[in-house]
Amino acid sequence: MGERVSHTPGAAAVLRRLRESHGPLIFHQSGGCCDGSAPMCYPAGEFRTGGQDVLLQELRVEGVGEPIPFWMSRSQYEHWKHTHLTVDVVPGRGSGFSLEAPEGVRFLIRSRLLTDEEMAP
Amino acid sequence: MTRYAAPGTDGSIVSFQARYDHYIGGEYVAPAKGQYFENPSPVTGQVFCEVARGTAEDVDRAIDAAEGAAPAWGRTSPAERANVLNRVADRMEENLEALAVAETWDNGKAVRETLAADLPLAIDHFRYFAGCVRAQEGGISEIDEGLVAYHYHEPLGVVGQIIPWNFPILMAVWKLAPALAAGNAVVLKPAEQTPASIHVLLSIIGDLLPAGVLNVVNGFGVEAGKPLASSPRIRKIAFTGETTTGRLIMQYASENIIPVTLELGGKSPNVFFDDVAAADDSFYDKALEGFTMFALNQGEVCTCPSRALIQSGIYEKFLGDVTERTRRIVQGHPLDTATTMGAQASNDQLEKILSYIDIGRQEGAKVLTGGERARLDGDLAEGYYVQPTIFEGDNKMRIFQEEIFGPVVSVTRFDDYADAIKIANDTLYGLGAGVWSRDGGVAYRAGREIQAGRVWVNNYHAYPAHAAFGGYKQSGIGRENHRMMLDHYQQTKNLLVSYTDKAQGFF
Repeated sequence: MGERVSHTPGAAAVLRRLRESHGPLIFHQSGGCCDGSAPMCYPAGEFRTGGQDVLLQELRVEGVGEPIPFWMSRSQYEHWKHTHLTVDVVPGRGSGFSLEAPEGVRFLIRSRLLTDEEMAP
Repeated sequence: MTRYAAPGTDGSIVSFQARYDHYIGGEYVAPAKGQYFENPSPVTGQVFCEVARGTAEDVDRAIDAAEGAAPAWGRTSPAERANVLNRVADRMEENLEALAVAETWDNGKAVRETLAADLPLAIDHFRYFAGCVRAQEGGISEIDEGLVAYHYHEPLGVVGQIIPWNFPILMAVWKLAPALAAGNAVVLKPAEQTPASIHVLLSIIGDLLPAGVLNVVNGFGVEAGKPLASSPRIRKIAFTGETTTGRLIMQYASENIIPVTLELGGKSPNVFFDDVAAADDSFYDKALEGFTMFALNQGEVCTCPSRALIQSGIYEKFLGDVTERTRRIVQGHPLDTATTMGAQASNDQLEKILSYIDIGRQEGAKVLTGGERARLDGDLAEGYYVQPTIFEGDNKMRIFQEEIFGPVVSVTRFDDYADAIKIANDTLYGLGAGVWSRDGGVAYRAGREIQAGRVWVNNYHAYPAHAAFGGYKQSGIGRENHRMMLDHYQQTKNLLVSYTDKAQGFF
C-alpha cells in the first residue's frame, strides 16, 4: 500500500509537543456525530485497537523518535479507502479525549482522491 | 420580530459571569490546579467568559459530594423527587427567554430554535420524568403457592454523564431528568465548546436540588472526561459523541464492569417517495420543510437528515422546490428571531465542514446551492457561519457516508421501493431516518425495514419525551427519552420470599 496518510508542518509541531509531554502517540480516526470524522490522538496504549481496525500508516514526524500509527475502523475504511488523508491542525475547541484539545487546537483531516497509480496494489 | 441584546450589553435579559468554577456539593469550587480556559461565543468568535479547567482532583471531589448525597436522595419518595423535578421545570419556564438567549450565545444556534425547541423540550422532559417515576411500579410474581418474587427498582448511586455541545442544555436534561428521577446523584461534564449555559441554568435551579445531587465539572475530555469515565466510583457512564471516544469509554467501563449508554451519531436518510408530489397541497409543503430540516441547528444534530433519497418520478421537480426552499433560509444575527440558521459551534467544526465540502467537490458531487463559508457583517464577521449546502451525488461518496455535522445535505435518487431501502440501509449508522409517502402501507413498511432506532414518518426532527430515541448499528447502545430510560438508571432488586415452613428437601 502506498502512502495513505501524511501530515502538515503545523500538525508536526503539535505532535512534537504532545510527544514530549505524553510519550509515544497513536491516532484513531473517529466517525459519527459531534467531534466525529476527526482524528483522535492518544498516548500509545490508551486506546485498544484490534481485528476490526486497519493500520493505514506509520506517520514519520520529524523530531518524534518513533512512528505514530494511524488507525481507522475496518468498516469506516471501506468508505475512505479511495482517499488520501492529511493530518492538519486548526485553532479550535475540539472535544473528545484527544490530547491536543487543551492547547486550543484540534487535529483535522484534509482529503484528496488517490490517483489511479496510488490506488494500484 | 425581536432582536435580543447580547448578554453582557445594555438591555440584555441575561448575563454571564466573567468566570465559572466547578459546581460541587451545591457550591462553586475553584479548580484544584487553578487553571481556566477561555470560552468564545460562536456568534462573534469573541471570548465572553472563562471556565474552570477541571482535572482528576476536581472530579474526585465532585464524586465525593455525589457519594455523600446519593444515599439520602435515593431514599426520598418518588413523590418528593417528582416535586423537585416539577419545581425545576417551573423555574426554567419562568426564565425561558433568558435561558434561550444564554444557550444561543454559548452555542451559536438561532434563538428562534432555543425559544421554540431546546428550552420547551427540556422543561417538558423534567415534567415527563416527574410523572414517570411516580407512575412506575415494581413487580410481584407468584412463583408458586409459597414462593413470591418481588422486583424493586433501586437507584444505581453515583453516575457520570458527558454532554455534547450541540444542544448543551437539552442534552444535559435528557440525561439528568431520568437519572435524578430514578434517585441517582450525578457528576456531569459539559462539552468544552459550550461550557457556560449550564451555569446559567444552575443559577436558576441550583437551590431546588439537595447539595451534591448534581455536580458539574468543566474541562477537557482528556483531563476531566477521562477521570470521570474511568473512575471506579461511578456506577454508570453515559456519553453522547462520536465512535472513537465511544469505544474508549466502553473500554474504561470494561475496566470497572459498569454499564454504558452511548449515542454516537448517524447519517440519517430522508426518503421521499413519488406520491409526495401527487398534489401541490399542505402535505407537499410539509415534505419540502421535512427536507430542509437538514439545516435545523445548523446541521449539528446526530439525526440530521443529511442524506436525501428522492424517487425518480419527482426527482427534478422536488429537488428544484427544495433548493428554492433552502435558499429562503435566513442567516443573520442568531439573537434575532427572524434568523432561521445560526453559527456553527466552534472554529474547528467550521473547518471540518469546509473540508467535507472540499472532498465532496473532489469526488464529483455537484453543489446545487451554498458550498461556502458565509461571511456576515459587523460583529458577526468573525463568527462561524456556513451557507446551507445541497450536494447531488452518489451514496458511495464520503459526503454520503460520514457525518459532516453541518448544514450540508447529500441528495441522490432511487427508482423503486427496494432501491430506496437498499440505499437507506447502506450506512454504518442507524440513528434516525425519515420516510415520506401518502401511502400508509409504503410508509409503514419502509419505516420498519430501515435499520434505525427512530424513523420519522411524514415528519422529522420532533423529539417528544415519550418517544424512545437511540441507535442501531454503530450509532450506539441504549436509548434516551421515554420512561424506559428509568431502567437505564436503575438496578433491579429481586427479593425471593418463601412463605412456607417446609424444607426444600436437598439435605
